[in-house]
Amino acid sequence: MDAHIQVKNLNAYYGKQLALKNINIEIPKNQITVIMGPSGCGKTTLLKTFNRFFELTENTQLTGEVLVDGENIYNKDVDVTEVRKVVGLLAQRPSPLPMSIYDNVAYGMRIHHLRKNREEYKTGVKHYLEIAGLWDEVCKRLSEPATSLSIGQQQRLCLARGLAVEPEIILGDEPTSALDPISSQNIESRLLELKKQYTTVIVTHTLRQAKRLADYVIFMYLGELIEAGPAKEVFSNPKHERTKQYLEGLF
Amino acid sequence: MNFKKKHFERRHLIELFIKTIMRIALIIVASSLGLILWTILSRGLPSLTWDMVTQIPKGGYYMGKEGGILNAIIGSIYLASGGTLIAIILSLPIALYLQAYAQDSKWGDYVRLSLDVLWGIPSIVYGAFGFALMISLGLRASLLAGIIALALVELPIMTRAMDEVIRRMPKDLEHAALALGSTKFEVALRVVTRQMLPGIITGILLAFGRGIGDAASVLFTAGYTDRIPTSLMNPTASLPLAVFFQLGSPYPEVRERGYAAALILTIIVLLVSFGSRWLASRLNKYTVK
Repeated sequence: MDAHIQVKNLNAYYGKQLALKNINIEIPKNQITVIMGPSGCGKTTLLKTFNRFFELTENTQLTGEVLVDGENIYNKDVDVTEVRKVVGLLAQRPSPLPMSIYDNVAYGMRIHHLRKNREEYKTGVKHYLEIAGLWDEVCKRLSEPATSLSIGQQQRLCLARGLAVEPEIILGDEPTSALDPISSQNIESRLLELKKQYTTVIVTHTLRQAKRLADYVIFMYLGELIEAGPAKEVFSNPKHERTKQYLEGLF
Repeated sequence: MNFKKKHFERRHLIELFIKTIMRIALIIVASSLGLILWTILSRGLPSLTWDMVTQIPKGGYYMGKEGGILNAIIGSIYLASGGTLIAIILSLPIALYLQAYAQDSKWGDYVRLSLDVLWGIPSIVYGAFGFALMISLGLRASLLAGIIALALVELPIMTRAMDEVIRRMPKDLEHAALALGSTKFEVALRVVTRQMLPGIITGILLAFGRGIGDAASVLFTAGYTDRIPTSLMNPTASLPLAVFFQLGSPYPEVRERGYAAALILTIIVLLVSFGSRWLASRLNKYTVK
């Protein structure tokens, strides 16, 4: 297995409370990895350690290593903005920036100086809106505020905005939980299309979504990693008793 | 069931009592404002002539003869605009710094506390401070010294007003920008200022209003003259002092002109308020609600 993210002896604390207990895991490249488990099991916390969002919560502490492309993102000399450029995030609820639809997508390209001139920005914005499946709906209203879009459209805009930064990894923190069924399906099919080029890690609390998306599965319980493996194996033949109970819907 | 309201039940009586107090307070405030406007209008309007706003005082103006207070109008606009500009240049960075780097830190609390203390200092103290500073620099009463004194008066008001607004920045929005690999500075400059622009403008306006109406800080620093300043080193008149000097006059015509000057000052403040409200609502388009 070609690992894109490697987690080594990771412990995470909120204050004195241990939220992640000695996690060791490798996340495969260009596949969709789904982290699942009951609420409060630490799945979002684990996800947040991949783009160094964990440290945005006050009074937190972390020990261990998270390696992206073999480099520990918690090293002292690491530039956190470079980490977040490579590891993009699709949040639970879409939060468009206070600017136009066009500028939302162009924002990331601008701060990282990814394009040279106006024309290149235009083609860039179009390209990523097309990938996110939003171009046809917004091509005539690019200068309108991003908040004028529906929630489902906003989430696709956030996807386009995230991809425009040219990440290698996409994190999704329950990215469809605020959306209606049709919009959710839309996002899911985008993610399935994108997995050839991007390593994707999704947190979800719905088992069905996990089954639809996952190539690789991580099951967590009370801050511990219980089981991880290729989706087929885990779903059809879970090794651990807890996983089996979870898959059967016992808790 | 009986849903009929029991008007004499204790808790309903308490509600009625509190509501009455609130209404009385509202009436007192609203009627004082009305009274102020009425006084200025009824006494100022008759003596508000075209000459008042287009001419500088001529010989004998202060005895009720010809001339106007264009010197004070222009002087006040110069003073308040200059002071506000300097205050913006200093306030916005401080407010953004507090948001981006010192949000809930001890250090941030100290900065806020000292700004609050500065806010509470009477403006005559700033005037005296500006005067001492001016003397030690070998300056004389001038537009520049007045602008500096007003900037000092406005700075804490503007910074705290902006800070309070910027503090209400939604966390989600900030995180969205951080997730794209923004530095905290980029978040502050490109996202926070845009989202909070209407509030920031309100803060600027509040400080401008305080600045243009302040008499004590410019009393020693800007001086008073019948001429319109042509350089930063000239002394300059101002509207609050024009009001003050004319109201103290033994001539009734001049006293009436004091009210007219107050009316002009009020109109300027209102115009600036409405103007910036309008501007803020135009810029409001992209903010995330």
